[in-house]
Amino acid sequence: MTNDELIWRIAGGSGDGIASTSQNFAKALMRSGLNVFTHRHYPSRIRGGHTYTEIRASADPVKSRGDGYNFLLALGDSFARNPQQNAYYGNEEIKPLSENLDELREGGVIIYDSGLLDASEIEDFDERVEENDWHVYDLDLRTMAREHGREVMRNTAGVGATCALAGIDLEWIEELMTDAMPEKILEPNLEILHEAYDMVEEEYDVDAHDVKIPSGEHDEEQVLMSGSDAIAYGAIDEGCRFIAGYPMTPWTEVFTIMSQNLPELGGISEQVEDEIAAAALALGASHAGVKAMSGSSGGGFALMSEPLGLAEMTETPVVLIEAMRAGPSTGMPTKPEQGDLEHVLYTSQGDSHRIVFAPGTVAEAYTQTRKAFQIAYEYQIPSIVLYDQKLGGELVNVPASHFDEEPNPSLGSTLTEAEIEDAPHDESGKFSRFRYDTPEDNGVAPRSIPGQKGGRFLATGNEHMPEGHISESPENRVFQMNKRMRKLEAIREELDGDGVNNTVYGEEDAQYGFLTFGSQQGTVEEAVDRLNDAGHSVKMLGVSEMAPYPVDQVTEFIESVDEVLVVEMNASAQFRGLTQKEIGRYGDKLSSLLKYNGNPFEPQDIVEGFEVNIVEDDEHPHTRTKYVPAAGD
Amino acid sequence: MSAFSAIGEGKEIDRNDYTPGLEPQATWCPGCGDFGVLKALKGAAAELGKSPDEMLLVTGIGCSGKLNSYFESYGFHTIHGRSLPVARAAKLANPGLQVVAAGGDGDGYGIGGNHFMHSARENHDMTYIVFNNEIFGLTKGQTSPTSPMGHKSKTQPHGSAKQPLRPLSLSLTSGASYIARTAAVNPNQAKDIIVEAMEHDGFSHVDFLTQCPTWNKDARQYVPYVDIQDSDDYDFDVSDRREASEMMHETEDALHEGTVLTGRYYVDSDRPSYQQEKQQIGEMPEEPLAERYFDDSYEWERSYDNFLDKHK
Repeated sequence: MTNDELIWRIAGGSGDGIASTSQNFAKALMRSGLNVFTHRHYPSRIRGGHTYTEIRASADPVKSRGDGYNFLLALGDSFARNPQQNAYYGNEEIKPLSENLDELREGGVIIYDSGLLDASEIEDFDERVEENDWHVYDLDLRTMAREHGREVMRNTAGVGATCALAGIDLEWIEELMTDAMPEKILEPNLEILHEAYDMVEEEYDVDAHDVKIPSGEHDEEQVLMSGSDAIAYGAIDEGCRFIAGYPMTPWTEVFTIMSQNLPELGGISEQVEDEIAAAALALGASHAGVKAMSGSSGGGFALMSEPLGLAEMTETPVVLIEAMRAGPSTGMPTKPEQGDLEHVLYTSQGDSHRIVFAPGTVAEAYTQTRKAFQIAYEYQIPSIVLYDQKLGGELVNVPASHFDEEPNPSLGSTLTEAEIEDAPHDESGKFSRFRYDTPEDNGVAPRSIPGQKGGRFLATGNEHMPEGHISESPENRVFQMNKRMRKLEAIREELDGDGVNNTVYGEEDAQYGFLTFGSQQGTVEEAVDRLNDAGHSVKMLGVSEMAPYPVDQVTEFIESVDEVLVVEMNASAQFRGLTQKEIGRYGDKLSSLLKYNGNPFEPQDIVEGFEVNIVEDDEHPHTRTKYVPAAGD
Repeated sequence: MSAFSAIGEGKEIDRNDYTPGLEPQATWCPGCGDFGVLKALKGAAAELGKSPDEMLLVTGIGCSGKLNSYFESYGFHTIHGRSLPVARAAKLANPGLQVVAAGGDGDGYGIGGNHFMHSARENHDMTYIVFNNEIFGLTKGQTSPTSPMGHKSKTQPHGSAKQPLRPLSLSLTSGASYIARTAAVNPNQAKDIIVEAMEHDGFSHVDFLTQCPTWNKDARQYVPYVDIQDSDDYDFDVSDRREASEMMHETEDALHEGTVLTGRYYVDSDRPSYQQEKQQIGEMPEEPLAERYFDDSYEWERSYDNFLDKHK
């Protein structure tokens, strides 16, 4: 395995430039023709604390972070010493080295900054090195960087050393640095890059190990993209020009990207006082005829519960983004989990409904965000894009052509003034905005926009008559409720009609199935490949439509296999629960593999979980994941 | 050709044009001060020549929220305390709309207090009318943020131990650029103030004293009133923050001693509205954003042409 992929982990403290360095490195590898996938691990603090980024690069498609890694660049944290001795790492100064050894593969390579780290402080370091056949290079990157003027350039020195040891052509890094860096800092960075590279080549045996960069080629132009980027661009391409939000990790990324881009596109971004206001602003803008969105993460989304219900009752289109992180409450702000599924599905009072998409990949994040807007504006219903910290933050390469889609600024089912004139009104001239007899018989009555002549109506969260007047008439209540419910049937029909949002993968007539949702899709796909290579017979259905749930497609999938293992990142098997509720049977065919320790699944978690629990029907030995047997087992 | 031809139409408007054809489900009691707001708003809208189709009236929840049922215009009856963020965004989306938000003292100063502070500070170009009757009406008479100390209710059986909130002073501190108080018992002053407020380019806050004959048991709650602009006893400069602030304090102290002072307290005509500020820094288009969705010739930019280069 070591020869066909490089999984490079750069570790250090927050504030060390780990994120920017790894982003540039990933892009350089992508430009060299490789497929890349990054995984970010960071604490909820600004300076110091243990953080790392992994970049997996291979000529073959990469769909997950992979299992473990094979190349460690351990930088120290300069803030540990200055200005206050124990202020950041305290006496844990060796963390970037010691904390990262457990998952380093056999035969792996370690570069550590001996200017800041001392391996002899790790008690069993030498034994472990020998046992695992690790190749250790202690380089004084800090001193090298100081000589070039800026200590933060330790990163660049580390990249130079990595290139020498992994056989990466410096040309790609140089080109990328030239693109990314302002001239003032470019020159010293290029110098230190070369110096580190040459020093390693001259002084060390770079062929002592076999962790080398593979070579690859793309047959079309690629872009390095995160889930957050893809959601923002999906919204922009769908004509969204208004966003309101309040910062909260990890939703902030989408909010930031939108805020930085909307003004140039003639749009409006508003950072407001709280999440209730944020969602209410999105409603106000949408009511006034603009494509609008808001969003948050778990705790912030909880505040949006009331505006969400108001959107449904007033039939105001709106798209909300929900970025899951580990809960309950503020939980683990920077760690991924899929624990908000039920929260998003069921929050808000009454018989309330919303459309929920949970994209499985970065590419899907783009298409399904667009779809979420289309459904919201066509059917005048709130729709939600549910994703998690993992999908939001991971960088992967996607063909640029994937984004080469026509913009769609349509406001959906909206009338022009001329059309309003021909539409029904009451005797005082109020427009019958919520008429029962909808033109398409799908519950959708096209709306007017304030300022349009003859279109005035009242939008209210109370039950209302066709013109919007508040009413508690039993007959009207049933008519309006049925009208709103009819929209759901129509949406279900539309989505089930193509089934394209849900991903089928593996052997068609497989014996066993995996069911998963959202960001775990790629990891399960990789496990499916590995299991089939090992002689098992498995396939996967990655579900992206959480509401309305694709009942027919999932039923068919469950029926086509002997047993199904449901893979999800939470402790209470929420997606399996949803599946059983929606399907209404086959509870005895669905068991669960759960992971909720703050890290996403690795393919090996799934391979092992399947082999031990399903094939061998054995006690699950793994402490990272939890197996929950099928009902009745 | 605008997609919103009702905006700026400027035709002759009669106050009866704002009366809905349908008799609303009655929630206002006989003698309720809310009728005074309705009357003043109709008069003001007619005087300004605003057509019902170019007005967006956004309300919160409670008796005040039912204003939409009695007033014919585009309307959005929202949720507890949230009229302001909905109204703000509608105005940003289409600045041509005449946007008025309304709510009660519980709705606006209690549950929606946060939005009140921030809308005022941002100086959105809109009018905010707060029906202040010092009580929760529709939930049947609980203590509100403006109820006086010692006020007894079912939920405060021993009397309120809290100072009443000072809406005028809070408004000034938060940054509203037009602040007035009027009373339902003085319909002519009320209409004139609402006209000014709607014409004002910025956040105009009208604290509207509305008597609650049912739960405050005193239909003459705010009688007699004094119009501070008409009285020789109160001479101050409405454009001077310090003088306005002192006058507000005096007014707020006097109310619970039985003296009802009303009038204009602060008018800052120089401060640009939030929309203007935002346009100035390039964060808001000159043309109404909403128009763009009806303009078939508009060229929509997309991510592929604009943003992908930095990801390559």
